[in-house]
Amino acid sequence: MESLSNRKKVLEQKPMSFGEKIYLPSIAKGLAITFKHIFKKRETIFYPEELRPMSENWRGLHSLKRDENGKERCTACGLCALACPAEAITMEAAERKKGEENLYREEKYAAVYEINMLRCIFCGLCEEACPKEAIYLDGPFLEADYLRKDFIFGKDKLVEEPLKP
Amino acid sequence: MELTFVIEKVVLVSVIFLITLGIAAYSTLAERKIAGYIQGRVGPHRAGPFGVFQPLADGGKMFFKEEIIPSQSNPFLFIAAPCLALLTASIGSAVIPWGQDVTIGDRVIQLQVANINVGILYIFGVVSLGVYGIMIAGWSSNNKYSLMGSVRAASQNISYEIAMGLSLIALLMVTQTLSLREIAEQQNGFWQNGWFSWNFFCQPIGFLIFLVCSFAECNRTPFDLPESENELVAGYHTEYSGFKLGAFLFSEYINMFVSSAVMSTLYFGGYNFPFMNDLGLSANIIAVLGVLFLFAKIFFFIFFFMWIRWTVPRFRYDQLMNLGWKVLIPLSIANIVVTGIWITVKDLL
Repeated sequence: MESLSNRKKVLEQKPMSFGEKIYLPSIAKGLAITFKHIFKKRETIFYPEELRPMSENWRGLHSLKRDENGKERCTACGLCALACPAEAITMEAAERKKGEENLYREEKYAAVYEINMLRCIFCGLCEEACPKEAIYLDGPFLEADYLRKDFIFGKDKLVEEPLKP
Repeated sequence: MELTFVIEKVVLVSVIFLITLGIAAYSTLAERKIAGYIQGRVGPHRAGPFGVFQPLADGGKMFFKEEIIPSQSNPFLFIAAPCLALLTASIGSAVIPWGQDVTIGDRVIQLQVANINVGILYIFGVVSLGVYGIMIAGWSSNNKYSLMGSVRAASQNISYEIAMGLSLIALLMVTQTLSLREIAEQQNGFWQNGWFSWNFFCQPIGFLIFLVCSFAECNRTPFDLPESENELVAGYHTEYSGFKLGAFLFSEYINMFVSSAVMSTLYFGGYNFPFMNDLGLSANIIAVLGVLFLFAKIFFFIFFFMWIRWTVPRFRYDQLMNLGWKVLIPLSIANIVVTGIWITVKDLL
């Protein structure tokens, strides 16, 4: 059939010439190529000391944000947990008590907020779903650990550092 | 036998043995470094500056690993095999002349452990013994992959020994001697009687055959079928672990060192170097320089072994046998005939 792409190439197997049969010229050619590679630039990135350049919208570990007064933005509405396709997020809501106004922005807050990092696929849908701009995937890599329970990140690891006075 | 002679030989043997072990240990590092460089990586670099302590770390790891002896194996042979591999690998260096005689006071010290007049035969015998370690390892493991690997190793070594022997016969016709020392002395300097004195220049085909065969004898890529890991797990050392595995890997590198030394001595002038007689230096300094030059040649060949390993892919088994029996053996016989004609014609002229 006629080729539509115009890139059809009929290959034919020719019997090898003497030069190809003795194989040594091709070995010499290969040796020359590998020898050239010895002097080329190395591609190695020395990981713990040196990081690969990340893109602007790189999605790393999650962080729960605070507002400009240092109050937690999360209101435990559960939209992130609903949006999460991997079912990685759980939370428990609690009511803000008197005297806690400096800690939480609104009357409701997340008493427990857990992300199972082994389930998380770093898709960023929680970030998109959040109406309060409370969660962002702006952290570093997920580090290795030994136990499954250590991959369930609670508020102690997720919430941003409080503002410095 | 006088005491000084014994001391001299003991010192020489220990020094050569230590050098062999050191070179074998650092060949493992060199191999990984060269592999890294050829593939655009850096190789091991964490243990010490540029990874210089990597062989020590590897050796230490090998020592402390658990030694597993399979319950269905033959324990005596299982333990004997790596010992044999290490032994046959390291006794080959006994007949290699490392340098010209050194004169200290009125004593002439030969830089060779055993100056026997059948040095080449000795080397050849030791090389053919080398396959026993591998064969016994494969047999005693009682594992089909090990057995396949060792059967491959045995048939490969036997096939390539023939071509190797035939290529050496052509060399012996030129040199008229079996003693490695005399062969090294014949290649004195670099230029003699209007032609290069190194045997490579009158036996290039013979050298090529010898080179290919020594790759096959050392079980190095492209002929590493005995341990081809994508078909046979790890070939003959599948069941080995810990220090016994280390002994096998070590003996491969010692083999490489010894065969590099043999190649340098037979074909590339051994301890001789260009203009050695025109420099006007004393004999002792020439001897020391000669040792250094011999080691430079050996290091080049070890590098060449590694360079080939990271360039040429492994042969298929039928291709290996074709190359051995249908190419190298006829070629080496033709080389003998041509060499014979050349020697006769040269005498007539």
